[in-house]
Amino acid sequence: MPRLIKDGAIVEDRWTLVRETGPGTLPAELPLIVPLASWNAQRDALRARGEVGVWLPPEADWEPLASDLARLPLIAVDFPQFSDGRGYSTGRLLREKYRFGGELRAIGDVLRDQLFYLRQCGFNAFAVRADRDLEDALRGLADFSDSYQASAATPLPLFRRRLAAPQSRASPAREARR
Amino acid sequence: MYRYDTYDHRFLAERVAQFRDQTRRFLSGELSEDEFRPLRLQNGLYIQKYAPMLRIAIPYGLLSSTQLRKLAHIGRKYDRGYGHFTTRQNVQFNWPRLEDVPDILAELASVEMHAIQTSGNCIRNITTDHFAGVAGDEIVDPRPYCELLRQWSTFHPEFAYLPRKFKIAVCGSQTDRAATQVHDIGVHALKDASGEVGFRVLVGGGLGRTPMIGHVIREFLPRQEILNYLDAILRVYNRFGRRDNKHKARIKILVKEMTPEIFARQVESEWERIKGGPATVPDAEIARLAEFYVPPPYEALSGADAAFRAALADNRGFGNWVRQNVFPHKVPSYAAVTVSLKKTGVPPGDATSDQLDALADLADAYSFGGVRVAHEQNLIFADVKQAALLALWGELKALGFATPNIGLLTDVICCPGGDFCSLANAKSIPIAEAIQRRFDDLDYLHDLGPLAVNISGCMNACGHHHVGNIGILGVDKNGQEWYQVSIGGEQGAQAALGRVIGPSFAAAAIPEVVAGLIEVYVERRHEDEQFSDTVHRLGIEPFRQRVYAPAH
Repeated sequence: MPRLIKDGAIVEDRWTLVRETGPGTLPAELPLIVPLASWNAQRDALRARGEVGVWLPPEADWEPLASDLARLPLIAVDFPQFSDGRGYSTGRLLREKYRFGGELRAIGDVLRDQLFYLRQCGFNAFAVRADRDLEDALRGLADFSDSYQASAATPLPLFRRRLAAPQSRASPAREARR
Repeated sequence: MYRYDTYDHRFLAERVAQFRDQTRRFLSGELSEDEFRPLRLQNGLYIQKYAPMLRIAIPYGLLSSTQLRKLAHIGRKYDRGYGHFTTRQNVQFNWPRLEDVPDILAELASVEMHAIQTSGNCIRNITTDHFAGVAGDEIVDPRPYCELLRQWSTFHPEFAYLPRKFKIAVCGSQTDRAATQVHDIGVHALKDASGEVGFRVLVGGGLGRTPMIGHVIREFLPRQEILNYLDAILRVYNRFGRRDNKHKARIKILVKEMTPEIFARQVESEWERIKGGPATVPDAEIARLAEFYVPPPYEALSGADAAFRAALADNRGFGNWVRQNVFPHKVPSYAAVTVSLKKTGVPPGDATSDQLDALADLADAYSFGGVRVAHEQNLIFADVKQAALLALWGELKALGFATPNIGLLTDVICCPGGDFCSLANAKSIPIAEAIQRRFDDLDYLHDLGPLAVNISGCMNACGHHHVGNIGILGVDKNGQEWYQVSIGGEQGAQAALGRVIGPSFAAAAIPEVVAGLIEVYVERRHEDEQFSDTVHRLGIEPFRQRVYAPAH
């Protein structure tokens, strides 16, 4: 069984990802991650089957379906190239605007050096590209210990925490002020 | 200026460790060139024509003398003993070794500096008015807000892989000295009728291949909402900006295609959702940041210094320099001095390590240990006692930094061009020099008055050629270097884009072309008219006719 990073650990991946949107029958075994187009076409049937998640391509106009999607156990966001950053906003919107509480999984060109930012944007599962070492990728989550910004993973920006804990914050040194 | 606390230091240390490991993985083949490229760019590292180029951030143009000495040291130890100041208030080193870059970043971190997000498709260095805090026409000191934006943009997790680069400039004065109208976002700090500080927000300006002036999408934004509003703008851009064509990926294209009205509506609707949320900035945080920019301990001096006045009357060279390179200070007995990096024969914006060390000493002696970088590629001592100007002039003259040409034709803005940059179509530095040599008569230059000549070696417009009164753009014609000339561009509050006068010229022709344009201006100008005013009144035709007239 393939493995992935979930909630900071390497685990076996139970889910079958269906990449093709063609008319062929979806696999019988659950759980399944189906393309958004398939979900749209067979929503009621798929919902009746139980454990089904959906994956979103970066250009998908998914927001009209968001309240529906937010009830799914899993949403995957595809990164065709790691340098295509649309999925970061998708992650934050799903978590912060639509209060999605299930598994938010990055799929596609998912690499170690993007994991920290992805987690900040609400992703908790990373299907790291198959040719990469998961142990190595896991280290990417520890690249930074904190962040300046408010985000899905860090609800309060640093300045609010600084104001609450003044001892760790800078005070202007007289000789350097200007 | 801002001083790092334990958080800032920790982030920087973590960044250096991260990049050290990324470099190691690249050199060992674990990371491909394509995978490494965005990572190194977000640490300021380009692979250039002859060697890597490292662009170091100077957040909103402020440097301490300690930081300047560190730059001098880096130039000496890792480069060829000089650095180049850019039009975005950064500094570049052109000859570092890839293997050394993590060590350079560690050295920078020791003085609270870095190269974070100085390149790549992310939010770049925040720039501002180089006279922030000292200009008489300032409404709001932009520096605390610049620091707020620096922290917000640094490692922003959502906006590290935008469609294209993203540049934000802030100004707080009546005169826009930060070119805010030609930035992806321009932020004007101002006060409303009741005296509350807030911001006017412009979006979609930019130079490059498709130059555009930014559109105001909000006339007054409460200051506490700035981060929410910027998040909203960036989110709309990140989601909907074009990614299919690199040349159409800047936010200006999205704003144009959507129309500014619809773009603004989308931003406002997103802002409505997150308004008042966690990223709302409490006034206590603004006050905390403002503490870093309280005025230095100015001496209480009354009126103009008598010796200074006498020197002005007696010493023509000093008088010229004061007239051209010294800017009035809001404290009457002080002045802001521009250190000209535009001496003929030296590439515009370049300074050697020895010169940087000397400038650091002068900053300590004359300007409370501070130096600034202007986007016109000069340096600034912002807080010099009027009574000390004569002595400082002497020191700067000895260093070759007192050319009295600020704002004049020879104060050329110029990118590194084909001598260094792999993107360039043509060289730009020799063109700047040829123009400087053609116009070596200071009296004539002063008579011409303010005249901006801006030179870019390619479409990317690092030399801001579109907003030069005379803009020169290097183009490639069948493998040869040619130069297209435009006139009538303008930076500042009246920002305007220049118009191309006609077919391009060979390099050797450029000084005489510039001379021809200037002749027309001198012959036809009305009193008090600057070059671009005359162009706007007459149109480009008389200028065109002069420079394309058949030789007699």
